[in-house]
Amino acid sequence: MTDTAWIDAALTSARPQAVGALLRYFRNLDIAEEAYQNACLRALKTWPQNGPPRDPAAWLIMVGRNVAIDEVRRTSKQQALPEDEVISDLGDAEEQLAERLDGSHYRDDILRLLFICCHPELPATQQIALALRIVSGLSVKQIARAFLVTEAAMEQRITRAKAKVASAGIPFETPGAVERSERLGAVAAMIYLIFNEGYSASGETSEIRKPLCEEAIRLARLLLRLFQSEPEIMGLMALLLLQHARAAARFDVNGQFVLLEDQDRTLWNEKEIAEGVALIDKAVRHRRSGPYQVQAAIAALHARAATPEETDWVQIDLLYGALEIMQPSPVVTLNRAVAVSKVRGPLAALEMIEPLGERLSNYFHYFGVRGAFLMQLGRNEEARVAFDRAIALANTSAEAAHIRMHLDRLIRDSQPSGSKVEKK
Amino acid sequence: MLYAILCYHDEDVVGSWSKEQDAAVMSKLEVVQDRLTKEGRLGPVARLLPTTAATTLRKDDPPVVLDGPYAETKEQLLGFYIVDCKNLDDALGVARDLGAANPGGAYEIRPVGLFQPGGGAK
Repeated sequence: MTDTAWIDAALTSARPQAVGALLRYFRNLDIAEEAYQNACLRALKTWPQNGPPRDPAAWLIMVGRNVAIDEVRRTSKQQALPEDEVISDLGDAEEQLAERLDGSHYRDDILRLLFICCHPELPATQQIALALRIVSGLSVKQIARAFLVTEAAMEQRITRAKAKVASAGIPFETPGAVERSERLGAVAAMIYLIFNEGYSASGETSEIRKPLCEEAIRLARLLLRLFQSEPEIMGLMALLLLQHARAAARFDVNGQFVLLEDQDRTLWNEKEIAEGVALIDKAVRHRRSGPYQVQAAIAALHARAATPEETDWVQIDLLYGALEIMQPSPVVTLNRAVAVSKVRGPLAALEMIEPLGERLSNYFHYFGVRGAFLMQLGRNEEARVAFDRAIALANTSAEAAHIRMHLDRLIRDSQPSGSKVEKK
Repeated sequence: MLYAILCYHDEDVVGSWSKEQDAAVMSKLEVVQDRLTKEGRLGPVARLLPTTAATTLRKDDPPVVLDGPYAETKEQLLGFYIVDCKNLDDALGVARDLGAANPGGAYEIRPVGLFQPGGGAK
C-alpha cells in the first residue's frame, strides 16, 4: 500500500461512526457531513506527520466537532481561526472520548444514520443513493456511475432525498427495544436492496455495478458487528456472501448470463462460501428463523453441491415451503416450483405455477420457467408460446438472449434427426 | 525456539481494503513467507475469517455460548504465524519484515511452549 492508502482506509472505515456521532451532536445532516469533511482534511494534513491516532473515529469526531463549533463562533464574531495544532492536539481528551465511544451510543448512532436513509417516503433508488453517499461516503460521481446516470442527475436525486429526510425530521431519541428492532429490519432491507442493485446488473454493466455488492457486504458486516446476536442479520450477511461468491461464474466472456447449473463451480469464491456457511451455523443456534436465514440456507445448499446433480433439491423444496409461509409471494412459489420440478417432475411443478399466471402475467421469469417445464414435458408448441412471451418481457438483452437459446434448442429438437447430427 | 506471531489489526480498516489492496498486501507477505519456508523455519500460518463469524464459549458452569469474538477490542486477532527463530531479536526481525509488508496494527510475539504440528486437517 502507498503511504496515503492507509489514511484512506482508516477514513473510510471510521466514516459511519464519525458522521453518526456528529449527526447526533449537530442534529443536521449537512453540518455533520461538513464537519466530517473538515476533520478529514485535517487528518490528511496531520496524520502523515504524527502517525495515525489510536482511535481514528474518536479523533475525527472530536476534531469535526471543534472545527464546526469554531466555524459557528467565527461567523458570529468574525474571530480568527485557531491554529491547527490547537484543534488537533487532543491528548487525554481523545482517550476519554474513545472510552465513551465504546458505550452504547455509537451503536445507535450508526443505526440512526442508516435508518434515516430508509425513510418510507423515499423510493428505493433514492434510499440506496443516500446510503451510499452519507454512510459509505462514495462520491456522487461513483454513485452516478454505478446507477448509469449522469452526475448532475444523481446530485439532484441525492439533494432531493436529503431534503425529504430533513423535512421528515430525524429521530434523535434513543430507540426502545421495539423501535430498534424495527429500524434494524428496515436497514437490513435497504442493504439487501443495495446488493440487488449491483447483483441484478446485466453482463455488460456487472463490472461497473460490482462495487454496489461489495459496499452492501461491508454495510451488512458493520451492522452485524453492532448486533452480534441477531440471527436475521447473520442470515442477511450469509445470503450476501453466498450469492456474491458466485460472481465470477455468473457471466461468460461475452457477458452472457450463465445459469446456476451451467456455472463453472471452480470459479466460486470458497472463502466467501465458508464465511456464509459459518454464519448460518451461528444463526441456526438461535432457533429464530426468518426470511434471510432461509434464503441463505437455500444459497448454501447450492454452494455446497460440487456438481449440479449433487444439489439437495428435497431440502431446497422444504426451505422454499418455509419461506412461502414467512413471506408469501408468487415469486417465492415460482422459485419453489423449480425445486419441485427436480424432485417430483415438471408436471407437478407446472401445476404449482398454473395459479400464478394472472399475478405474474408481466413477469419475465414466470414465462421462462413455464416454458422450461413445458419443454421438459415435450409440449413444444406451448413452450414456444411461453418463451415468445418471455422474450417480449425481457428486461435486458442478456435475458432475451438466454430464452432465445431455449427456442433454438426447441427448433433444433423438432427437426429431423439427420439435420441434428449435421449441426453437431 | 518456536515463536507465535499473533496478528492484531483494526478489522474495519482491513475490511475496507479493496480486493486489489488486499491482494497486494498478501503478495508482499508471501515474499517474506517464501523466504522463511526456504530457510525451513515457517510453521503453520492462518488468516482467520472476520470476527463476525466468531463464536465464544465461556467456560462457566454450565458453559455459555456467545456470538462474536472473545475480546471486544478495537484491534482484533486476525491471524497468526508459527516461526522457528534463534531468539527474541530474530523473532522481532521476522515480525518487522512482515510488518513492512503489512503496516498498521500490531504483532504479539509469544514463545511457543507446546507445539503439535497435527497433520490431520487440510
